[in-house]
Amino acid sequence: MSSHVRPQLHVDVYEKRWLLMSVGLLVLFVIAISLSSFAYGIQVPSPEMRVDPNTVAQEGPWAQPGLRELAPGKYEAYMLAQTWAFLPNTITVKAGSSITLYITSKDVQHGFQLEGTNVNLMVLPGQVSKLTATFRQPGEYRFICHEYCGVGHHIMFGKVVVEP
Amino acid sequence: MNEKAYASDDKIAAWHIGIALVALALGSWFGPLQAWEHAKVNLYSYLAPGIQSYYQGLTLHAVLNALVWTTFFITGFFTYIVPRSLQRPLRYPWLNKLALIVMVVGLVMAAIPLLLNLATVLYTFYPPLKANPFFYIGLTLVVVGSWIVGYNLYFTYGAWRRDNPGVRTPFLAFGALITMVMWQIATLGVAAEMLGMLIPWSLGLIQGTDPQLARTFFWFTGHPLVYFWLLPAYLSWYGMLPKQAGGKMFSDALARLGFWLFLLLSVPLGFHHQYVDPGVPAGWKFIHAVLTYSVAFPSLMTAFTVVASLEIGGRARGGKGLFGWIFKLPWKDPSYAAQNLAMIIFAFGGIGGLTNASYNVNLVVHNTSWVAGHFHLTVGTAVTLTFMGITYWLLPKMTGKELWNRKLALVQSWLWFFGMILLGNGLHILGLRFGVPRRTMLGAAPYASPEWTPFLIEVAIGGTLLFLSLLAYFINVLGTVFASRPLSKPVEMPVAEAVSEPQLTPVWLDRWVPWLAGTAVLIALAYGPMLVQLIGQAQLTSPGFKVW
Repeated sequence: MSSHVRPQLHVDVYEKRWLLMSVGLLVLFVIAISLSSFAYGIQVPSPEMRVDPNTVAQEGPWAQPGLRELAPGKYEAYMLAQTWAFLPNTITVKAGSSITLYITSKDVQHGFQLEGTNVNLMVLPGQVSKLTATFRQPGEYRFICHEYCGVGHHIMFGKVVVEP
Repeated sequence: MNEKAYASDDKIAAWHIGIALVALALGSWFGPLQAWEHAKVNLYSYLAPGIQSYYQGLTLHAVLNALVWTTFFITGFFTYIVPRSLQRPLRYPWLNKLALIVMVVGLVMAAIPLLLNLATVLYTFYPPLKANPFFYIGLTLVVVGSWIVGYNLYFTYGAWRRDNPGVRTPFLAFGALITMVMWQIATLGVAAEMLGMLIPWSLGLIQGTDPQLARTFFWFTGHPLVYFWLLPAYLSWYGMLPKQAGGKMFSDALARLGFWLFLLLSVPLGFHHQYVDPGVPAGWKFIHAVLTYSVAFPSLMTAFTVVASLEIGGRARGGKGLFGWIFKLPWKDPSYAAQNLAMIIFAFGGIGGLTNASYNVNLVVHNTSWVAGHFHLTVGTAVTLTFMGITYWLLPKMTGKELWNRKLALVQSWLWFFGMILLGNGLHILGLRFGVPRRTMLGAAPYASPEWTPFLIEVAIGGTLLFLSLLAYFINVLGTVFASRPLSKPVEMPVAEAVSEPQLTPVWLDRWVPWLAGTAVLIALAYGPMLVQLIGQAQLTSPGFKVW
């Protein structure tokens, strides 16, 4: 081989097609995610506020965790996660209500997932996770802690009761 | 070069691989115990007081398998193959020894609190769960030791380069170097977390910690960690398996491009593990989602090149027609079969990975058993079954003895394959359809629903097949090391030739500076602003908790 030939990148024709299809597929996925996220209002938590985990259970809105009605059918819920329970662990609303959840932890990291919905949050001490969910169908929706939080992790859950 | 020239490197490599195998042997048994627990067969009471809870077992399973088995196997594998690939022993034998000592001291330091139930914090050790300081210091030393392994590889490469200007780096050494450089960059996150936050906090030097910042540092390392596991398997698939199949590497240039893209793209996408974290703005999460899709590109590229390389082998062995070559591949060779089965499983693992990365579907599966299903297909099979397949040639080569029982090795590979299909399928469905949480003692959960039962039983059956596979594997390992006959003919390290001469690969695919610079810029753009902000606003308010 002569050393003054500068080698060029050679790509086999089938491989070229495969790579083009791969790029096309990934671009398509990104478009699909973008459209559904923005057009359908998919929410993920963003920085809301900071709290002091050492005092959050004694002062401020999480000292009395629970549901507050802002307007008919419109609620906010301040929820405190701790080893190994959610406070409150039952929330009852009428069908069609929307709840804006503000949740934080007073000890270790916890998780919050509402069964059968897109509501899925990390609950960190020092941070507040906020999300709004609307409950159209009557029924019971359980929320389960999904982050390991010690030996009682598997008993940590609660429920939203939606009355007709 | 004479094999004897590598004797001192080989001895060190054997220590790494031996420790890796012991870690796999000790850590794996907890897997089936977890699977059976989900089907209400709880054997943990028989392990007390040695193992005090499901979660202590889970921590041991994850730390020993995902961190110790992988890291020690990779450092040992590279210590073994890089000298042969560059045809020169490693530059500094004392660095080899130092690295091993640092890693072993770290491992012992971390193992003691783990076994004493003083570090039941799972392998993610999210604060403010607070483990014994030796756990954090030990894990840090294991990582530092793995850096030193890397340094010796860089020095050896430097010496090789001075002797061989203008020559393309031999592929196996090339891939190993990129993997170790990527690892060096990636672990800066966890190094900052350990040295700046967790170690001083666990020693009582600082009173509190910031869980959100710690998670961000962790996942800076946590996602590229999966490429650290995967790239050595890719290296075997690209650079060794085609030889074992009687084929050639389809494209030397694109194989190299694939590794460079992994260096470039592995790190700046960790927020896709933090889509539902409160302290990271949605916009940054979206940017990392897009970057995560870009890292799927080199994997799709790998899929083509590796399959095309194997096809060359299948056709050379007389395979005809569109698919006929597949049946002519050396399926009777356990080293080959294990790795090919690992690849098939990885196709599903990769598709699941794209699902996890999607900004919105992730809301359904985040922290559910889907994720546990996913990584048992990836690190648990694509990586682990490939490494097992590698040991089926490497152990005979290292020990000078025949593989104790080839049939048993074949049975082992297929049991792993079918076991993981059942386990993976069950865990994925449970997470996606029912939102079943991961890392949870499901058999004891008051909220467990009867709808879950059939899938939990599927998981337990999968776990049973994997248990049998483990048994078969370790019987064979012990049989080979202690009870096998000498090799009838010497084993060669498989090195696949490329279809086109590597010197025809463009020079820009063998230059470090532009790729390293690109990597640094991309990380600075994707992580810089958020890290500056999170560090600036850090509130070290969380005290520690020992709640296990």
